[in-house]
Amino acid sequence: MSSNVITVPVGQTEARPWVDELHQWLTTVDHKRLGILYIVSALLFLVIGGVEALIIRIQLMHSHNNFVSPEVFNRMFTMHGTTMIFFVAMPVLFGFANYLVPLMIGARDMAFPRLNAFSFWLSFLGGLLLYFSFLGGSGLYGAGNAPDVGWWSYAPLGARAFSPGHSSDYWTLALLVSGFGSIGTAINIIATILCLRCPGMKLNRMPLLAWLNLVMAGMVLLAITPLSAAQIMLLIDRYLGGHFFDTQAGGSAVLWMHFFWIFGHPEVYILIIPCFAFMSEIIPVFSRKPIFGYPVMVAATVCIAFVSMSVWAHHMFTIGMNSYANSFFTLTTMAVGVPTGIKIFNWIGTMWGGRIQFKTAMLFSIAFLFQFLIAGLTGIMMACSPFDWQLSLSYFVVAHFHYVIVGGILFALFGAFYYWYPKMTGRMLSERLGQWHFWLFLIGFHLTFDVMHIPGILGMPRRIYTYEPGRGWDTLNLIVSIGAFIQAVAILVFVANLIVSYFKGAKAGNDPWDAWTLEWSVSSPPPAYNFATVPTVSSRRPLWDLKHPEDPDSRYE
Amino acid sequence: MLTLRMKSSLECGWHIALLLLWSATPLWAVGPGGSTGQGTSIFSPASTPAKSIADVSVFVLVITGIIFLVVFALLLYSVVRFRGRATDGGREPAQVYGSMQIELAWTIIPILIVVVLFLATARVIHAVQDAPEPAGALDVIAIGHQYWWEFRYPKLGIVTANELHIPVSEPDHPTPTFLQLLSVDTDHSFWVPELAGKTDLIPNHPNRMWMDPQRTGVFMGQCAQYCGTQHAKMLLRVSVEGADDFGAWVHAQQKPAVEDAGVIAGRQVFERNACMNCHAVGGTPADGRFGPDLTHLMSRATIAAGAAENTHDNLRLWIQNPSAIKPGSLMPAMKLSDADLDAVVSYMETLH
Amino acid sequence: MSAATTSFPNRPAAWDLPSRGKVAMAGLIIAESAIFTIFVVAYLFYLGKSITGPTPREVLETPIFYTICLLSSSLTIHFAAKCLARSITFAFLGLWLLTITLGGLFLYGTAQEWHRLIYEHGLTISTNLFGTTYYSLVGLHAFHVTAGLIMLAIVAVFGLAGRVSVKQSGRIEVLSMYWHFVDAVWVVVFTVVYLLGR
Repeated sequence: MSSNVITVPVGQTEARPWVDELHQWLTTVDHKRLGILYIVSALLFLVIGGVEALIIRIQLMHSHNNFVSPEVFNRMFTMHGTTMIFFVAMPVLFGFANYLVPLMIGARDMAFPRLNAFSFWLSFLGGLLLYFSFLGGSGLYGAGNAPDVGWWSYAPLGARAFSPGHSSDYWTLALLVSGFGSIGTAINIIATILCLRCPGMKLNRMPLLAWLNLVMAGMVLLAITPLSAAQIMLLIDRYLGGHFFDTQAGGSAVLWMHFFWIFGHPEVYILIIPCFAFMSEIIPVFSRKPIFGYPVMVAATVCIAFVSMSVWAHHMFTIGMNSYANSFFTLTTMAVGVPTGIKIFNWIGTMWGGRIQFKTAMLFSIAFLFQFLIAGLTGIMMACSPFDWQLSLSYFVVAHFHYVIVGGILFALFGAFYYWYPKMTGRMLSERLGQWHFWLFLIGFHLTFDVMHIPGILGMPRRIYTYEPGRGWDTLNLIVSIGAFIQAVAILVFVANLIVSYFKGAKAGNDPWDAWTLEWSVSSPPPAYNFATVPTVSSRRPLWDLKHPEDPDSRYE
Repeated sequence: MLTLRMKSSLECGWHIALLLLWSATPLWAVGPGGSTGQGTSIFSPASTPAKSIADVSVFVLVITGIIFLVVFALLLYSVVRFRGRATDGGREPAQVYGSMQIELAWTIIPILIVVVLFLATARVIHAVQDAPEPAGALDVIAIGHQYWWEFRYPKLGIVTANELHIPVSEPDHPTPTFLQLLSVDTDHSFWVPELAGKTDLIPNHPNRMWMDPQRTGVFMGQCAQYCGTQHAKMLLRVSVEGADDFGAWVHAQQKPAVEDAGVIAGRQVFERNACMNCHAVGGTPADGRFGPDLTHLMSRATIAAGAAENTHDNLRLWIQNPSAIKPGSLMPAMKLSDADLDAVVSYMETLH
Repeated sequence: MSAATTSFPNRPAAWDLPSRGKVAMAGLIIAESAIFTIFVVAYLFYLGKSITGPTPREVLETPIFYTICLLSSSLTIHFAAKCLARSITFAFLGLWLLTITLGGLFLYGTAQEWHRLIYEHGLTISTNLFGTTYYSLVGLHAFHVTAGLIMLAIVAVFGLAGRVSVKQSGRIEVLSMYWHFVDAVWVVVFTVVYLLGR
């Protein structure tokens, strides 16, 4: 064969009527379209959740502010947290997994395309149900009320006695429904990766993105289900007179906490592991080197998955567990930092000796490394149980987890957007707008979340709609709020980039980044069937082998 | 358009500035001594549990700080040293796949760090949580309500609300205060940062904490576990007093309510309306438990769990319309006539 | 306009990956096991903690017969699947219907027990902690049995219409994995509720 390229003629088609196009999107079972549906719906909820955050930040700009009532504030932080975790972070990551996994393993689609569609629509319905609470939360006769019990809905606050009306039910049902969607997607991802890999793609030749999504999917099966179980129990308490969490009948509020955090802690690893996956694909390409320590990266991730199942009660250090339990969870929580740190070192090791290109995707990745390092270290601080007796339930925790979720997850996601948008749309995102997006967001992020640690150290608890003036928290909160608005502007720049580049961006071609995994071997966007012929691979970087036949990876693996 | 070289210098510059800002900020913000006067910094401990926590926290901060500096230096170096240059000519660098020795090194060193941190931490966990209660300790039962604190001193026969008075503890003659933490409704958390780490008040799950403040003064705190609408205004005041002052306070609290014939009208308003269903006034038929004990209301600096100063106007407003001060509070507006309102406020103001 | 795509080296000789139906069902079973585990933990945690009302010892009767029914149905479905794989369709259908009958008997037994508990002993889901955890756990299991029976019935309908042959053997095996799971859960629930719990 003289060249490595097969030219597949694609017929010219007329533009379809928009009704047909809409129908195609609504009934699609194609993993690429479902991926985009997940991502777009997540972006919509991101904007809504962001507005909720801005409302919170305006109210907290100075002490004794009156921008919103306490009732509205409490709904805002509940909805902000619930939206961001369940209707932004999880869907957007499922969206990228959906889009990329089949392409990267040389498959034509996910294992169960219809289940895939069903899972997406369940997830989306959950989001709509949650927001319908604004209208229906008090039943037919009252005005709407969104849930206001915090995104954990601790017992007995979530019980009928303390949460009358239906607002809590919307919270419960929305999460139950979207939880089933998540389980469906997880099953699909696992079946796809285990059963549909192209010939030659042994498990130790899969891209790390596939590996990490496999681990994430396994964790979803074991972590989301405890929440589903707890929510069924809550519904039984609220509607059938059950006493699972009814302290007046001898029930235990602490049991809810255990069940919730057995979900809640692995959940945050479910969110971060796909972001590790993005980093593991992007950093090598822009460093022009393979990932440093592929087997160790896989092992470390599996290790994180297991250990993270044993740390949950570090969210409960203040509830009065005995000293042995507190010590145990201190140890496991500190231990989970070891494999996590190893990954950071491996990414730096990938960059080491490379030829780094500072495209926007790489800028976000470098910032990710810096911020995830800090987030991990503040996590270690709170792993120390006595330190946590002061830091827990304060703005230090809020700063820590936003550092992970915004500084880690969102930055990694931005990197993923800049990296794979060309593949999904056939157009490059504007690097100029990308730079504006990056620097504005970086400044806003650090202004908000670096400073936010300090009120926590100064004794400011979380979930308070206002605070006393003499505590020294005023100026700090003002700075935090200003940073939030800067981030909002940056997000607008990002959205503008997404839209403008779709119409005016430079044509991307198959492989704009000179990358090495299978998705870059097909057109941008890929045809519906992904690959004209199912590929066969003999190394971890099939395109590297093709581009460098004198020095293929297959010689070294 | 920025060249690659400029971009990375900007990147560097930004990271360095951030680093300096980040490390310098805590110094001015959280310095020991509580400069603001209503200090709630976790780094100005006034009591043994808070001090033990602060000490181990500084240790953890130092270690994590060192880790940060080392890793950040490596990151910064790699970004600067290995940036792609126009002079590369499109050549790929050496393709390195990994190194078992390096992996081992950066696995074992973190494990050792974890062991050290864990041992240092476990010591403090036991010291604070398993501290035995000495003979001279003061027992207080703290009961969390939506949105106020009930304090009972079982051995002294005192019931009060929201403002805790405890004796200072001399190092050679310790008189710590041991609190039992209960709740009648949702979860709460007792947090006075300068005195101790927080401990939750959970219904059907009694908890225990202790503190031995070593200087007198007023220490501020508030509920830290979201408990409902007015979680933000469930504030705490702990007055730590010398032995004599504390003794005087106890003595005053143990007396039944002041009986002042001049406020009979107000007392009747109190007892004929639903007030006594929720509130207790010692030595009178009013024995309600749902709301704070009012026997010595005027001995408190604030009302509504710190939401307002204890002044005539605030008291009147509170009784007339609690939502004006604390919307979502469980005290109903009593809808008294102005005359009744003035009478009952006069009565309240006699309850020293 | 054309879509260019890269071509790759030749296929390896053998490339056998597991069946996606079995992997998916295994995933579902893992997820469901986690849900059941939480309900079992709640049951065990609340043993002896009810403030009022009947205790397990006072009111529970061990359902030995119905348990044997359910566990035997695992055997029958196993052999039914084997028969189908060897195209012995008549035996497959007979064993399949037997499985459904045994499963139905089990549900009947559960209903009977609940009737007795509610009407003779006054134990409902809202009576006390035991009532809540008992009905939830046993009920969750019964729900899964019901869902399984519905799926088995659908297959029975197609089977009786002559549409189930050795080609559907893979799907039958996946369904029987689910049924075995339901039985395994019952072993755990039975042990926890009727043996340990009293």
